[in-house]
Amino acid sequence: MLRKLTIFIILGLTVHLNAQETVNLESLKKQLQEMQRVQDAQKAQIDQLTQQLQKLSASPSTSTPAPAKTAEQVKLEKELTVELAAASPEPETKSITSDSLKAKAWSPSDPIPVMRSGSAYMNISFDALIDTGWSTAPQPDMQLQLGDHDPQKRGFSLRNAEIALDGAVDPYFKGFANIVLKLDNDNQTTIELEEAYVQSTTLPLGLQLKAGQFFAAFGRQNAQHPHQWAFVDSPIISTRAFGPDGLRNVGTQLSWLAPLPFFTELTLGILDGQGGTTHSFRNRGDADVLGVQRFAGRTTFDRHLEGIQDLIFVPRISSSFDISDRQTIVVGVSGAFGSNDTGPHSRTEVYGADLYYKWKPENAMEGFPFVSWQTEGMYRRFGAGEDVTAGLGAENIRDYGVYSQILYGFKPRWVSGLRAEYASGNKASFDPNDPFRGERYRVSPVLTFFPSEFSKLRLQYNYDHGQYFEDAHSIWLQLEFLLGAHGAHKF
Amino acid sequence: MKHTLSLLLLLATTLAASAKLNVIATTADFGSLAKEIGGDKIDLTILAKPTEDAHFVDAKPSFIVKLSKADAIVEGGAELELGWLPPLMDGSRNSKIENGKPGHIACAEGISLLEVPSTLDRSKGDIHAAGNPHFMTDPANARIVAAHLAKAFSQLDPKSATTFQANLAAFQTHLDAKIIDWKKQLAPYKGRTVVSYHNSWPYFARAFDLRMDLYLEPKPGIPPSPAHLVEVITKMKEQNANVIIVEPYLNRKTAESIANRTGAAVLDFPGFPWAPKTGDGSYIEWMDYLVNTLARGFEIKH
Repeated sequence: MLRKLTIFIILGLTVHLNAQETVNLESLKKQLQEMQRVQDAQKAQIDQLTQQLQKLSASPSTSTPAPAKTAEQVKLEKELTVELAAASPEPETKSITSDSLKAKAWSPSDPIPVMRSGSAYMNISFDALIDTGWSTAPQPDMQLQLGDHDPQKRGFSLRNAEIALDGAVDPYFKGFANIVLKLDNDNQTTIELEEAYVQSTTLPLGLQLKAGQFFAAFGRQNAQHPHQWAFVDSPIISTRAFGPDGLRNVGTQLSWLAPLPFFTELTLGILDGQGGTTHSFRNRGDADVLGVQRFAGRTTFDRHLEGIQDLIFVPRISSSFDISDRQTIVVGVSGAFGSNDTGPHSRTEVYGADLYYKWKPENAMEGFPFVSWQTEGMYRRFGAGEDVTAGLGAENIRDYGVYSQILYGFKPRWVSGLRAEYASGNKASFDPNDPFRGERYRVSPVLTFFPSEFSKLRLQYNYDHGQYFEDAHSIWLQLEFLLGAHGAHKF
Repeated sequence: MKHTLSLLLLLATTLAASAKLNVIATTADFGSLAKEIGGDKIDLTILAKPTEDAHFVDAKPSFIVKLSKADAIVEGGAELELGWLPPLMDGSRNSKIENGKPGHIACAEGISLLEVPSTLDRSKGDIHAAGNPHFMTDPANARIVAAHLAKAFSQLDPKSATTFQANLAAFQTHLDAKIIDWKKQLAPYKGRTVVSYHNSWPYFARAFDLRMDLYLEPKPGIPPSPAHLVEVITKMKEQNANVIIVEPYLNRKTAESIANRTGAAVLDFPGFPWAPKTGDGSYIEWMDYLVNTLARGFEIKH
């Protein structure tokens, strides 16, 4: 009904327009406004009449049908549409006044200039790493693949599906949470609150405070989530120093950007230091056949916090230099100091040094080509306590190792890489069944293809040589997909 | 005596330096305008190289140091720098340039962005949720951003407000005259098709009445596929297109192979103020270069 009326009005307006000698914009606008007004008035009238009709009778077919649109009407309607469009306020470019250069007023056909990123309170993303592969070792998780998010068995596995949330909490804090779901080797789902912390935004003097559960700022690899890794698995020495999960715990961290002409950041993390995610510290270890919890062969005791010496202190200093516009280098030294559960006064110390170098030309396309080189060395002294019943005296268990990896992004979306690793330690009261000890090296070429920034396909070969296992060859294929908005990563 | 003098001199220069606004611009287009407006009242640093792909700049720690000392950051605010600016801002620990502070200047404010997606769907490629962020390729937008910068700088340094306003007036007068020239120069080619590698030029197309809806990329951020390129070639022939523009960081070879099959000319078209010979250039020099290059390109006959 309403549409029909509008057509009549348009028709009438057209006739009227045709009668005019000149059609100018102003009168057209006025007519449009008038049309709108008339239409509104008529709409109100129609509504009123409809209501009356409904009251009076239940029969809806009282109104006479309007005549169908003739070809001429359609033509006129089109003509008018074109005329109206041509009369839009954009002037011809021949005579440009400063006024016409200014932004034109917003009209409903324009996009709404709203910052979309600001319309959500947080970034939400879901990222899954799906592995498949084969190893000459029947159970790669026993000796070879010791990281919790590494591919750990022949066939298919999914060791890391993370939900990452981040955003501004309020004007004072930013918040971050990383909830990891993984399928164990019996395909049971386990969940871990990998990270959940706030970070200050308004401290003066170049200070920044972090509090919650987070990865300790130790070296380069430790603080990275699996989907940032350049290889499918974590380095051998990382798993030896910090266990399958990396060093992460509840605590706080203060960092300071030194007022120097080059980047220098000093960080001090203080972690509670208890549990499996603090592998070399207050960690009870695994239960033996009798249900006794042991670490390094010793019966462990549940050491409660007796003083600040039982917390883990993680200091780090890192600096960065731009060698040229194309080359950047980052160097760092880290430490982690705390108690362990093998004796009343037993202490653990871990030291690390790391180097990162990147070359990328100024005209790189989508970030390619590039060359990056990352090397990290670690040393752990584990002061093991005495366990008379196990026949083990107090001693220092020393482990050290290094990995070095070079990546070459040779064309957009393609990255090839090579990693070489070595890890060893002192003999101590060494248990050959301890997969975390013994001399070992590994060589891993890798090829990664990124269909887009949000997916990747990675093929990696590992050649493993260990003092206490046969040489092993493994091949892993990893598929990653990322949904949603994920915060950008650090350099 | 000599020492005292040089020490005094050093002190004086340090003081003079600290009196200037320390401004960081993410990209050279905002940087060049900041230079026009700020003049000698600001110290300017531009993070991304003009030849660099501004979507993929490395978040180098040295940038954190620069941002930590900044009085103002001039950024697009339309997610072009999304992949690298947030960690730099976090690392800078500089509350003066935080979002919402006067020292945080988002140039897209007040600009009507084109191509704001109605739905966010990555199967359509790597689209920008806020709309197309390459808005500085329309000089009318540069005019708005210049005014925005003058206002923001005046707020940060009220003593220099008159200078900023004078610089703004001078720049806008110059720009307005140039816009007339540019439009005249490209007027004969109104409605002509210009093929581009990436969809970075819808604002430029709108400003100069060009048709720029053919891209070598099938979807933003997705590399050209042969099937798509066949389609591009067919459409280029239909539309009688004879120019392909390529930014310095994109793959010129792909464009050249299309050019060989269509008789089109490949034009180097920097996406940011950049003079191929001198390295950097002002906004107006850049636009001059683009307009001249394009006008010449249309005339190339094969």
